[in-house]
Amino acid sequence: MKYAAHAPHAHARASIGRLMLWVMIALTPATLYAFWLYGWPAIFLWAVTVLSAAGAEFFVLRLMQRDAARGLADGTAVLTGWLLALTLPPWAPWWVGVIGSVFAIVVVKQVFGGTGQNLFNPAMAARVMLLISFPVELTTWVGPSPLFGAGALSFVEGARVTFLGQMPLGFDALTSATTLGHVKTELTRGIDVPAALASHGQGLGASLIGLHAGSLGETAAVLLLAGGVLLIALRVIRWHIPVAMLAGVLLPAMLMHAHDPARYLDAGTHLLAGGLILGAFFIASDPATSPGTARGQLLFGFGCGLLVWVIRTWGGYPEAVAFAVLLMNAFTPVIDRYLRPRIYGHPARFARRTRP
Amino acid sequence: MLNRDWLTRLRLRWGVHPLGRKEQGNREGILTLPLPSRLHVPMLQHTGQPAKPRVTVGQRVRKGEMIAARQGNISAPVHAPTSGTVIAIGDYPAPHPSGLPVLTVSIDCDGLEEWVDLDPPSDPFALAPEALAAKVAEAGIVGLGGATFPSAVKMALGLRTQVRTLLVNGSECEPYLSCDDRLMRERAAAIVDGMNLIRHAVGAETILCGIEDNKPEALAAMREAAAPFPHIALRRLPTRYPMGSDRQLIQVLTGREVPSDGRSADVGVLVHNVATCYAVHEALRYGRPLISRIVTVAGGAVRAPRNVEALIGTPARYLVEQCGGLSGESARLVMGGPMMGLELASLDVPVIKGSSGILALDASELPSATPSPCIRCGQCVTACPMNLMPFEMSARIRTGALDEAVGMGLKDCLTCGACSYVCPAHIPLSHYFNYARGELTRRERNTLRQESIRKLVAERSERLERDAREKAEAAARRKAERERAKAEADAARAAKAAAKAAEESSA
Ligand code: SF4
Ligand code: SF4
Repeated sequence: MKYAAHAPHAHARASIGRLMLWVMIALTPATLYAFWLYGWPAIFLWAVTVLSAAGAEFFVLRLMQRDAARGLADGTAVLTGWLLALTLPPWAPWWVGVIGSVFAIVVVKQVFGGTGQNLFNPAMAARVMLLISFPVELTTWVGPSPLFGAGALSFVEGARVTFLGQMPLGFDALTSATTLGHVKTELTRGIDVPAALASHGQGLGASLIGLHAGSLGETAAVLLLAGGVLLIALRVIRWHIPVAMLAGVLLPAMLMHAHDPARYLDAGTHLLAGGLILGAFFIASDPATSPGTARGQLLFGFGCGLLVWVIRTWGGYPEAVAFAVLLMNAFTPVIDRYLRPRIYGHPARFARRTRP
Repeated sequence: MLNRDWLTRLRLRWGVHPLGRKEQGNREGILTLPLPSRLHVPMLQHTGQPAKPRVTVGQRVRKGEMIAARQGNISAPVHAPTSGTVIAIGDYPAPHPSGLPVLTVSIDCDGLEEWVDLDPPSDPFALAPEALAAKVAEAGIVGLGGATFPSAVKMALGLRTQVRTLLVNGSECEPYLSCDDRLMRERAAAIVDGMNLIRHAVGAETILCGIEDNKPEALAAMREAAAPFPHIALRRLPTRYPMGSDRQLIQVLTGREVPSDGRSADVGVLVHNVATCYAVHEALRYGRPLISRIVTVAGGAVRAPRNVEALIGTPARYLVEQCGGLSGESARLVMGGPMMGLELASLDVPVIKGSSGILALDASELPSATPSPCIRCGQCVTACPMNLMPFEMSARIRTGALDEAVGMGLKDCLTCGACSYVCPAHIPLSHYFNYARGELTRRERNTLRQESIRKLVAERSERLERDAREKAEAAARRKAERERAKAEADAARAAKAAAKAAEESSA
């Protein structure tokens, strides 16, 4: 479609591709650090997941006879694959990444109409689908064994893990529950939170630099936080969702922990042990699936956070971010409909009416 | 002062920060252009009814002579910008949103610059407010910030509604433009005098003048000029587009919002632009009508951008030539600022009262033309100075649900373009809104027309019915009459016959 020239005759130098590029740049340090922590299998899994997301996008756009190259250039598909890879167990087999990516792009994104039209966050929907379909693969975590370190896998051994499912000797010794998973299991066995944390042998300091079992995106909390702050500073995302989401987790966590430290995890563990920071800055803040107004974003973010805390505390799954975000995604249209800003020069109640 | 600036900035949630590019043209002083050989003065340079020419082809006119009178309540007269001979009166290309030519008086300049006899009041402050407004109306002054609404009409309204504060708009928020900036730097005293005159004419108490903080020299000059007058306050405004929109300026300067269906006067203020104040000063102190204005000539394709003082009717091409001409190909010509300006098909249109700028933009300065799908990022919502939800409105307009878009505030949209400016998907949002508003007007007009047609048809069928009924009644009446007459005749005949029979029988 060709538009006649019309005002404005100027434009901010912004484009979707550029925004996505900034998000990727912000993710890069954390991703590289996680690669180093988890070695070759993590690198392979990440590459497979990202490539299959891009491939799926290309294929679908081709099928629909749209400009596939241009659609791909906006970077949204690559970012979806990237985010999905960051939430998977680093040693998961390759087909987990492929199935997840194809599901995310084809079913969650393109069936709804493509970029910007999807109701649910594709990476998170795929994550939940995988967890339900392949519970074993999705809950087998390994502790970090840094690249080039003593116990690290070589390139070939890594490829065996990812592509052939051949685990190295002594694999069982490497597997370990995530902090949140461990605490949950122990609680069901009647062991209280401080004892569970102690037996997991994981201080907050270790969590801060990601020395604990988990997905790629759960390791480098500090680097992710820095990336998120960069995005806010560059106005790629707004502060409302991340801040509200963190508040939604940390406020109840602090309150309840003060009330009964034996049953409720402290705020620090909540913040650093799971995918909260990744979720708050990179996933919940996905523009397409979150509200468009400041007030809406605050509500949405706080809702996500609260749900994370509720699911972590009482739910069946220790890792709650995906479920929380998906649940709030479903409310986005409603929030956008009822939390309209008051239009200049109108009395306040206008905001609640949709028709004059 | 600092504190207030900081607070204002914190409260301001709307707006965008377009690349100013003002340094292109604001370094050098205002250049008064040499006289061009011919001027084309359109009759419609303002909001409202076009002016009506009162000169004839071949007639000699003097500088400042009224060549067209105002028609109707909302209109402004037009004056000869220089002395010379009228060589044509007819349609000529003009910068008008419709793109249609406008009735224009073309004048061959004789180079003598011979003025009409000017008759300025000896002390304008001694005149009654109404008299001042009348003089402003006679001088053909319109809002020079771009709205081109006849100033005298606005002043009369202000007087009627007893506004308390005169707001003077020195924000000049459009990128590239620096005509008001230069005017404030170089002619601050005249502007301040004009402000005082308008204050007198509308009976306001205080004057509040806002200037964006990207014009520190202008602010300093104005502060100095306004220092003797305690009723004038100058405010430094954060640089933010669209600060210069009346409603936004009022919000920032007074903290009040103009009601959706109301006017500035409803919140006790009246807004005039600094250039308008200057024109009022010229008219009331020297009796000079509005025949020239400062124009910013800028854009990447202009060799030596700067501000020029040009006579109304000067061809845009002449201005660009005087600024070094075009370097290479310009990708787009614009009259006004880049955010709300009008695209020009060519430089063969004249400068009019509302021409704040003539821009020749090169390709690198233009937005990319291919929109992609909306990612609902909400940047447009943040940018919108009216607190609308542009992405939702445009989605409704695209599916034809205009009424829903109206429900979301389409009628409040200023078509300021802030949303289009920031949209990372390059969606021409404000263009949609412009289009939709046009469509609405058309629709309303259609409904009106249909209403009136329906009424006419109804009236006609009613008339026909009445006619038919009357005819039928008349026919029935006539028939009844005939029958009665016949019956009477029969009766008479019968009586006669009876009488005759009686006569015969008695005989
Ligand atoms: S700025 Fe553009 S992409 Fe973002 S929500 Fe508005 S219309 Fe959509
Ligand atoms: S053009 Fe309309 S919708 Fe867009 S920012 Fe301006 S007022 Fe808001």
